Amino acid sequence: MSTIARTLPVQTGRTGKTGKRHYGTHIFLIVMAAIWLIPLLWSLYTALRPKEDTDKYGYFSFGGSFGFENFVQAWNQGGFSKYFLNSILITVPTVLLTLLFASMMAFAVSRVSWKFNITLLIMFTAGNLLPPQVLAAPLFEMFKHVSLPYSVSDSGNLLNTYIAVIIVDTAFQIGFCTFVLSNYMKALPQDLTEAALVDGAGIWRQYWNIIMPLCRPALAALGTLQVIFIYNDFFWPLLFIQSGDRLPITTAINNLQGQFLSNYNLIAAGAMITLIPTMIIYLVLQRQFVAGLTLGASKG
Amino acid sequence: MSTTAEKPASPNSGPPTSGVRTGTAHAPSANAGRKRKKSGRVRRLSRRDKIVLGIMVGLPTLIQLLFVWLPTLASIALSFTRWNGLDVTDIKSAGTENYEFISQNYPPFWPAMQHNVLWLAFLALIATPLGLLLAVLLDQKIRGSKIYQSIFFTPVMLSLALIGIIWQLFYNRDSGLLNFLLGTAGTPQAVDWFGDSNVNIWAAMIAATWRHAGYVMILYLAGLKGVDPALREAASIDGANAVQTFFRVVFPAMRPVNIVIVVITIIESLRAFDIVYVINRGTNGLELLSALVIQNLIGEGQVIGVGSALAVVLLVISLVPIVFYLIRTFGKEKEA
Repeated sequence: MSTIARTLPVQTGRTGKTGKRHYGTHIFLIVMAAIWLIPLLWSLYTALRPKEDTDKYGYFSFGGSFGFENFVQAWNQGGFSKYFLNSILITVPTVLLTLLFASMMAFAVSRVSWKFNITLLIMFTAGNLLPPQVLAAPLFEMFKHVSLPYSVSDSGNLLNTYIAVIIVDTAFQIGFCTFVLSNYMKALPQDLTEAALVDGAGIWRQYWNIIMPLCRPALAALGTLQVIFIYNDFFWPLLFIQSGDRLPITTAINNLQGQFLSNYNLIAAGAMITLIPTMIIYLVLQRQFVAGLTLGASKG
Repeated sequence: MSTTAEKPASPNSGPPTSGVRTGTAHAPSANAGRKRKKSGRVRRLSRRDKIVLGIMVGLPTLIQLLFVWLPTLASIALSFTRWNGLDVTDIKSAGTENYEFISQNYPPFWPAMQHNVLWLAFLALIATPLGLLLAVLLDQKIRGSKIYQSIFFTPVMLSLALIGIIWQLFYNRDSGLLNFLLGTAGTPQAVDWFGDSNVNIWAAMIAATWRHAGYVMILYLAGLKGVDPALREAASIDGANAVQTFFRVVFPAMRPVNIVIVVITIIESLRAFDIVYVINRGTNGLELLSALVIQNLIGEGQVIGVGSALAVVLLVISLVPIVFYLIRTFGKEKEA
């Protein structure tokens, strides 16, 4: 994990070994790529066809028209705007809080030497690796027994609120981000903060004005990764949020199957709509995402 | 928390040259610190710095303890009790009853254990090697490598819940593409891939592989980049062929990545929850430990003691890879 630049571009091969023809390899890769794309393309194909046409010609046919009617219908009937809003309301605070807390913790364990830093780092890393279901029951009961005024929460407790999801998502992700950021910060030269110390800069200034700006590549990579992770989180909203209209999109699509009955065209359109934000991030920030994934792994 | 934060200020930071307790580290004291500990530097922290540091450490630690580790311990405690979840005073001690119940009188338990093992074996023996193979092939100088990478990587961006739905459309008995390709669509032989309890675990594992292999591929591509090219050259000068070079030289050189992949594969197989929950809530052939935990917690028949006992079984199993990973990762640092 010494440099992010090394892991950032996942590009093809080294120099040398030119002139070789890889026919067998290409055939294998083309077959695999086709297998990989088929489920997605099939969903897209089904989503683009009106139900009347698939009823008339069957799902395995080329007849009939194509269009985005299913997308419009699924969007309106499924209430996607509300689910997307819920996803944003959960994802944005969670990612910001996670990066803030993780960077503070990482700064403390990597730039200041003290007795418990490795112990704490181990605790944080281990916490992130636990299966979420292990903590499910106590967290559920904890939140159920925290009384809140009904003006804040209509359940009278922390259940059915975004706060519950945000807190637990944050707590769960801090571990991974702390681990990655502390490795990144360790690799920054010690002279940086020493010079600042001589100038009389306090801890907060060292952290916020010196170290954090230098961590921008790592923060961007982790931020992208976390946005995807939280957007894709299915479990915590499922556990904590009971009102269907408060669910984020990833958890809500589970209910669409029932809502659209066996109108597979609509289900497919719904699935494709859910995919759009991920695909946008994928196209725009793929490098960041890959860097985020490999950051944690390249340090053994 | 601020008391722990005082520790970095080591006692022997030399004569108080600065006089005031602003954290100005002078060269001599910094050197003294280097001598004492490799990475540590002796430094006087002002009271304000200690408070700031205390908050910076204390807040994340508190969140972590309160929402990760306290619930973990509570799960263990609750697994020895009987509780309907209503009133805290209703909690009754149950000894090991819950564990006896799940191992003897709870029919889905052993199938779930088997499925978890099967899931792990499938990921470890098929999905992970497939990802490694793709990485090795794409690491060569090959035309279109970037495009292939993008294709294999796409499912990694998707949630397992969405993957369940996309594959449901593919696996469907009457409208799915698979049965059409097999020529059984519309006939009595058509298989309901996610519904038939004889095959649905395999269908689900294939869908999970779709994502896992891409994940492994991307990690190994980064790992392969990190292998010193001189190693390969040395191996080929010594007359090793491509396969020998890979297994004897390149693969062992990727040890850090290998460890991460082992851990990810095990953890992912224990966490395989979303996809089976989307398919049928983890019943009828798709029982998994994680799904059983939730079945006992959500819904009318809340049996928190039983759910917690299942959670503890899951915890104990997952501690194996977690401890393995922590020893590998932090073992060296602790010695240093």
